[in-house]
Amino acid sequence: MSQFHIPCRQSFTDTILELAKKDKEIIIVTSDAAGTVTLNKFAKELPSQIIDVGIAEQNAIGVAAGIASVGKKVFVCGPACFYTSRSLEQIKVDIAYSGINVKIIGVNAGVSYGAFGATHHCLHDIATLRTFPGIQIISPSDAIQAKKITEILPDHKNPVYVRMGRNSVPKIYSENNISFEIGKANTLIEGTDITIIGTGETVYHCLQAANLLKKEGISARVIDMHTLKPSDEQAVLKAARETGKIVTVEEHSVYGGLGAIVSEIVVQNYPVPTRILGIPDENVINAKPSEIFAYYKIDAQGIYQEVLDFLQNISNSEK
Amino acid sequence: MNELDVLKQLELKTERARLRLLDVIYNSKTGHTGGDLSSLNILATLYFNILNVNPKNKEKKDRDRFILSKGHSIEALYSILEACGFISSEQLNTYGSFNTLLTGHPSHKVPGIEISGGSLGHGLSIGVGMAIGGKLYKLKFRTFVLMGDGELGEGSIYEAAMAASHYKLDHLVAIVDRNGLQISNSTEKVMGLEPLKDRWESLGWDVKESNGDNTSELLKTLKSIDYENHKPTLIIAKTTKGYGVSFMENQLSWHHGVPTEAQYIQAKKEISEKIQKLENTITQ
Repeated sequence: MSQFHIPCRQSFTDTILELAKKDKEIIIVTSDAAGTVTLNKFAKELPSQIIDVGIAEQNAIGVAAGIASVGKKVFVCGPACFYTSRSLEQIKVDIAYSGINVKIIGVNAGVSYGAFGATHHCLHDIATLRTFPGIQIISPSDAIQAKKITEILPDHKNPVYVRMGRNSVPKIYSENNISFEIGKANTLIEGTDITIIGTGETVYHCLQAANLLKKEGISARVIDMHTLKPSDEQAVLKAARETGKIVTVEEHSVYGGLGAIVSEIVVQNYPVPTRILGIPDENVINAKPSEIFAYYKIDAQGIYQEVLDFLQNISNSEK
Repeated sequence: MNELDVLKQLELKTERARLRLLDVIYNSKTGHTGGDLSSLNILATLYFNILNVNPKNKEKKDRDRFILSKGHSIEALYSILEACGFISSEQLNTYGSFNTLLTGHPSHKVPGIEISGGSLGHGLSIGVGMAIGGKLYKLKFRTFVLMGDGELGEGSIYEAAMAASHYKLDHLVAIVDRNGLQISNSTEKVMGLEPLKDRWESLGWDVKESNGDNTSELLKTLKSIDYENHKPTLIIAKTTKGYGVSFMENQLSWHHGVPTEAQYIQAKKEISEKIQKLENTITQ
């Protein structure tokens, strides 16, 4: 499980290339970001199925919507930070409001870019896009899951935003042990004392933290919430009822993302103590992604400590 | 019908639609009257004589595409869609009422409207995408995008303009409703656009200027488009904001002004007289 694999974006591009060789309806739109997305091989092998609009993300979304409206299966691909902020309105109007079936592949999301700084961090995308009616949001936790998602997307009749990181991520799933259904969270470890819910690259750290907690005699359930919208309410409520405490972990602002999604479900249906781990309301510290994860306590060690602290707080308040 | 009669018929249908859009605005007490009136002639000429679209076969793969990028001129488009049979009179009468299908800017849920919009600066990108889509499918349809002149302040338009010439989209036609006014002042006072023709030529477009208020001239310009020159076409249609109603012409206040009863009666009288005159001159 600790073996490093390939980045999710690479898994996406390897898969979409194979699919596009057989399905000529698949078209990629990008914005001088073929290299960033790892689409160079695609561009070389299927030049007639890729449209580059230059550094113009707003135009890329509009063009993607236009091509899709004529009937093609369009994937618009580029850095998540730019696509979900500069062209946010194009996503809102040209895709979500218009109900146009475009798949937006946002790569290098979260703090993937590390010390590149706040311009390149993408910590707002779940919060903003989930308010647009009709858009689905998926955040794969490893390359195997990214492959599975990619295989589903061309014929999936709904606009989708897929949020992927930049770096290699450890394997969580294996080729012959992966179930993926949009909107249905995966419970990776059963547990009874607390539930840790992660999404994207934090899922691996949630698993590691659960292993550390196990040594302390704490049974932590771990859920991979790969689909942020539609979110799996049943899995959250089941966790709330059966474990009574929830910690969420995301590579995203603590506002409006996974933590908010889970809290909204819990507080309206079955209130239980919940702690949200993510990036606080500040510009991220300049560091490597792994250092940033550690600094904000969304890596295995940080989650482990936060869970212990959370349990201690609950225990103190019950006294 | 001879050519003159075709033209007169076109003008007659346009004036009837003009009357209708004023009805719609007066009854609903909402609308962008000035830009509706400057766009109407462009919309009418396109829908009645140029576009290959049919309400009986709306999904036809090779239909021409039209995008109202200046989405606030929607009442003008609705009156034309009604005249073409895309929407019924009953439907149009619901404009401005609770839970109506007909929003105050384009919605793809309305028959005959390709894509939702209303935020400025989006239409040309979508038009570029549609034109690329047409090329990918080897379909010969044309894509027309109507933009406002004030709208040309939006930077995304120039991203689209560059892509259109880069990809040699000669089946893409953008039309600017060049009425010279935007919501707060004249375009040249708010953010100068001139020399507009030179600017778009430098972006690689084939630019034509036309009198957008003059049906005959506009029709001639639209028929002169070269769809095989490997260049997108821009038509600068010089129009008059509030065109067709004397007291509304070139008046900023009519950007989204709604007529009083007296103004409505006066406007109707002017348009009806024009309609009467046209009916009298048509030979058949």
